[in-house]
Parts: sequence; C-alpha cells; structure tokens
Amino acid sequence: MTTERELRVKPIVNGTVIDHISAGQALNVLKILGITSHTKSVVSVLMNVPSGHMGAKDVVKVEDRELDPEEVETIALISPKTTINIIRNYEVVEKFRVETPRSVVGLVRCGNPNCISNTNEPLESRFFVESEDPVRLRCSYCEFVLETELAEHLL
Amino acid sequence: MIFERKHIISTKDFSRDEIDLILDRAEELEPVARKGHLDLLKNKIIATLFFEPSTRTRLSFDTAVKRLGGSTIGFDTATSTSIAKGETLFDTIKIIESYADAIILRHPREGAARMASEISSVPIINAGDGAGHHPTQTLLDMYTIRKECTKGIGDLNVAIVGDLRYGRTVHSLVYALSLYGTKLSFVAPDQLKMPSNIINYLKRGGIEFFETSDLNKVLEDADVIYMTRIQKERFPDPSEYLKVAGSYRITTDMLAGVKDDMIIMHPLPRVDEIEPGVDSTKHAKYFQQSFYGVPVRMAVLSLVLNAEM
Repeated sequence: MTTERELRVKPIVNGTVIDHISAGQALNVLKILGITSHTKSVVSVLMNVPSGHMGAKDVVKVEDRELDPEEVETIALISPKTTINIIRNYEVVEKFRVETPRSVVGLVRCGNPNCISNTNEPLESRFFVESEDPVRLRCSYCEFVLETELAEHLL
Repeated sequence: MIFERKHIISTKDFSRDEIDLILDRAEELEPVARKGHLDLLKNKIIATLFFEPSTRTRLSFDTAVKRLGGSTIGFDTATSTSIAKGETLFDTIKIIESYADAIILRHPREGAARMASEISSVPIINAGDGAGHHPTQTLLDMYTIRKECTKGIGDLNVAIVGDLRYGRTVHSLVYALSLYGTKLSFVAPDQLKMPSNIINYLKRGGIEFFETSDLNKVLEDADVIYMTRIQKERFPDPSEYLKVAGSYRITTDMLAGVKDDMIIMHPLPRVDEIEPGVDSTKHAKYFQQSFYGVPVRMAVLSLVLNAEM
C-alpha cells in the first residue's frame, strides 16, 4: 500500500529536490528560479509538510534542471536551512546545505529608498551578511539593515 | 602618515587615536584659522561638489582651503551642471578626479560618498550624504568639547537633546564619544528616541547611558547640553512632526541650577531650541562651535593631502 509520505516525496528521474525550505518560502523559491505559470518544466511544490527538525517545511522539486550557484546563494538568504539534492537517473548524486555568503552582490535591492544603490548609478547593490540565521544584511553603501521580508527585496 | 590619501567617509572609520590626531592638528592650525594664512595647500585644487544646499559646511570648507593657500572649484547647486542633464555621480567623480587633488562631496543620497570613494583616485571628504554621515561635523563637535570643557572628554556627562532618531550628527557623535567612555544622556520624545542599533552598540561596549523624555532630569548633572533641531524635512508624515515640534527649549531661567562650567552646543541652524537670551551667557558655545569647523577642516585637508606643518 502506498503511504501519503511516499506520494509526497516520489522520486524524480533527473533534476533537483530543494528540501527543508522554511515553511511559507516555497513560492519565493519558485520566484528565485524564475518559475512562473508559463513554465514548461515539471515542478512539484509541497508546503507545510510536517518535519521533525523544523516543525513544518516546504519542498520544491524541479525536474530536468540543476541550479546555478547564484540561485543557491539567493535561496540561502530567504531560507538558510535549505538542502539541495541533485538527482540523476533516480540517484542522489549530490546533497548539500545552502551556505549564506559573507557578502551579497547584485541580488538584493536596498530597503532604503534614498540609498545611492537605488538610483541609476552604474553600481550593483552590495550587502555584508551580519547574521546568517535569521539572515541580516547591512548595505555597504548606506548601512541600512535588511532583516525582515527579504524575499520582497530580491532583484 | 596614516591619513595620506585616505577618504573621510564616516566617523566609524576612525579609531580614537586617529580622532586625537585630527584634533591635535586642528589645535595647531586654529591661530591660522582665526586670522592667518599658510601655504600648506599651495598649488592644490580642491573640488567642492555640493549637490544640495549648505551654508556653513560649504563656506567653512572654502575658508579652510583658502587659509591653507589652496584654491577651490565646484558648485553649490546641481541645477546649473551636467547633473541636470542626467549625468551620474559616477561620471561626475571620474571627471573631477582628473581636475582636483581632493573632492569635498555633499549629496542628498545616503551612501553617495562611499560609492565615490570606491571609484575616485583622489581623496573624497564626505560633507554630508543625506541622513547618513557628516564626519567633519562630528570632528568639530569633538574639538569643541575638548576645547571648551574643563574636564577630559572621557570624564564628561554629555546630554544630547531633541531629534535623536533622524539626526545624523548625533549618531556619529555618540559613536565618537563612546570611544572615550563618555557618560551619555539621551533626551527625546518617544517618537524620536535613539535608534535601537545605536543603543545596542552602546550596550555591547559597556558604555553608560541614560534615556529620558524630560530635559529637566539631565540639566543639573550635564557638562555638555547638545541641542538639536527637530527636523521637519525628515518626517514622512507632517502631522507626526507637529506632535513633537518645539518639545525642547533651553531658556535663561533653566540655567539657574546647572554646573558653572556647563556648555551648550548646537550644530545649527536652530529654530527655537535655544532662547536668544542664552546667547550672551557663558554657557553658549554654539557660535564658537561653528567657527571650529574651520580649523578642523583645515586639519582634515592637510592630513589627507599630506601637507607637512
């Protein structure tokens, strides 16, 4: 008999399982990956799955796609406990936890509307990571601290 | 020389020794700032790029350059420049760095001076970036305290009054005073209290401080009363401004119980925070404070341009 749990985590042939996403962040992960309603990929989204460690978590499975480092780095900003499983021919060939970088360049918009980085100057936004979990970013130009609703500031 | 070609962006970039070095140099230059002339910046051209209006800061920088024998180029309003045509600050800096030996920059955007320092081959001196930093204001405040108080900076009780939330000058001043272990009192209405990041910084550093909304609670013990204007332009909601406008005012009557050598400072311009009658008392030091901007800015310029005394 097939259990409910087995249905949720049904293996994929090739692709990426993004696991241990902070509950409620799955849709933001899709946004980071550029997955919209127009996508042709096979995508599974699980939200508020019971989790021993986290209480509740989200999971995203994307078939026939592996993530690039910038996407992984960005996911770490909104969900620092996320694990990435690379699947090839049903096998988990690589599994790792996302790592919050020491600085974040060009991925996040400063929350200070008067910051020089929010103008037409030819510069990329740049933040120092002050805290990894929860993530706190300090703008290296204006020193504004981003610590809540980070997903809304993703570029 | 630790300051040679160094950018002056934020007081937070300085150690206590570096602040002392600038104040020592200002002390040496003060007689020249009053009525003199030196050739320390002879043949040096300093650009003053003021993208927003300023009177005291711009004129005191201008005076500092000229007292040291240098000359200035620049503008005091961006409307008559290529910026009005849409030129970026990036391009302006890249152009002016080839004209001038140093650039004094005032800009309405926070972080503008930091960005300029990353692309400029000549020293950038931040003369105020929006609600961000204004390091030479803090340095002249420190110089005033050192010159006009009878005790050392670390032995003082400094009360800072008014707009502690939006006031950029007080944030930098608190940081600089904390390097000396100065005892601090903060007087503000609830809406304008010192931001939590600064309070947390003081707690982490074990710096003694006291918060109140009642000015009368700090008058008796204060060695310095640092008044600030409640800045209408920083309030997103005008009705919030009206709730706190005119919260604090120093009057001559209030000076009856203060320490004999207590001094009153204000970064100016003032509106109604200090009764004009206070101006003629021995406690009033705000006009002197404004003058001290000249020797302090002379010190900064001579240090970053490695002009030996």
